[in-house]
Amino acid sequence: MTARRTFATARRILAQLRHDPRSIGLIMVLPCVLMGLVAWMFEDQPQVIDQFGPMLLVVFPVFVMFLVTSVTTLRERTSGTLERLMTTPIGKGDFLIGYALSFALLAALQAVVLTAWAHWVCGLDIAGSWVGLAGVAVLDAVLGSSLGLASSSVARTEFQAVQMMPVVIVPQLLICGLMMPRSAMPRVLELLSDAAPLTYALEAANDIAAGGSWAEAWPDLALTAGFTVAVLIAGVLTLRRRTA
Amino acid sequence: MADLAGTTPGAADVVVGIGHLKVVRGKRVVLPDFSLTLPRGQVVGLLGPSGSGKTTLMRAVVGVQTVAGGTVEVLGRPAGSPELRSRVGYMTQAVSVYSDLTVSENLTYFAALLGLGRPEVAQTIDRVELADHAGDLVGRLSGGERSRVSLAVALLGSPELLVLDEPTVGLDPVLRQSLWDLFRSLATGGTTLLVSSHVMDEATRCDRLVLLRQGRLLADTTPAGLLSQTGARNADQAFLVLERQAGGDT
Repeated sequence: MTARRTFATARRILAQLRHDPRSIGLIMVLPCVLMGLVAWMFEDQPQVIDQFGPMLLVVFPVFVMFLVTSVTTLRERTSGTLERLMTTPIGKGDFLIGYALSFALLAALQAVVLTAWAHWVCGLDIAGSWVGLAGVAVLDAVLGSSLGLASSSVARTEFQAVQMMPVVIVPQLLICGLMMPRSAMPRVLELLSDAAPLTYALEAANDIAAGGSWAEAWPDLALTAGFTVAVLIAGVLTLRRRTA
Repeated sequence: MADLAGTTPGAADVVVGIGHLKVVRGKRVVLPDFSLTLPRGQVVGLLGPSGSGKTTLMRAVVGVQTVAGGTVEVLGRPAGSPELRSRVGYMTQAVSVYSDLTVSENLTYFAALLGLGRPEVAQTIDRVELADHAGDLVGRLSGGERSRVSLAVALLGSPELLVLDEPTVGLDPVLRQSLWDLFRSLATGGTTLLVSSHVMDEATRCDRLVLLRQGRLLADTTPAGLLSQTGARNADQAFLVLERQAGGDT
């Protein structure tokens, strides 16, 4: 693995995105539309958006980045470009980190746009730091990307890749504390939610939005980052140069 | 089986050495027991009907095919070794370049992986006669142009061994001619080329012909040898004669 090859890969992926402005538009606009929809639904109860807004700020980027990443990398497998890359000096780490870097950049942009939208248009009020919340949203979008990268290695077709969403993301959404407090869930589910990265992603967002100090938020942030790195490493390990 | 073409090369000149290669894909044995040696500087045509194992053999040579047995050595190292990745160029049958990038963006990326710069990119685009399309998206090019982009990627860095899976498919006769001239000049410069094709008239342009049938070596000969052995007038006919003989054996 070398920095030159990793950055070349990231640059290449960003160039591909640049040629596809419609996808960039969807990535930026879609979460804003969804956030706007929720704000509109609870127009008369602003406390609802204040309570759920920070969580949605985390959830939407995870969703979108998961899908975008898994489909893009799968396309690389089915088009034969991955096979060709595997005959070149590129390292498996160059490939995956290149993807992670370029999508992190995209995710950062998305998080900033969505955070600004939530604040100025949807009227989301938080006690804590906006910069901190945007930072968490970026981290979580990168988590979504790395989950997408890893699950695309299991999928054989684009159809399967899209189906990975209800397998990997939706169960986490249900038990991560968005629907009900985790302590109110049956014990087994609570334990399962302890093992779900989205749980920590959400808690970090809540801590920061509630005006908690960094000391309170950092264990959740560290766990989210740790999961992201672990999932990326798993992706590197499952990538094969030789296939049947 | 037809008689062997070239003389036995010295070990130092062996670019590809395949011994008792066995490849199984799913439940199908694609290559039961395949052996072949390629010396430096030859243009070797790999011919055979579709499904005969040409692509699988090429994948084994570039080291992306899971093999069930036997050995594949390239330039004295096991196929797929890290040191080989800048010395072997591979063009897959499907056009494996990024259709949402321009010609020069594609080449620039693969060049960066090999540690090459702009001059090599421009030179390689020239070689496949795509200079006029350097700024065009690959997805907007014609089929023949796309496959030349894919070929250009394989040519980057002047690899010692070029493995080309049907590089001339979909090209008009003029372009096919110019590509074969390019292959010839590369071979004269010491590059070894393993080129698959199912267009038999291309066979006459090779130094040596390896004919595959159901994963087995049907013949290893020269274009002239192929015609004289079979008494056929052209390569197409010769293949049919051999195919009939082999079919009669089983």
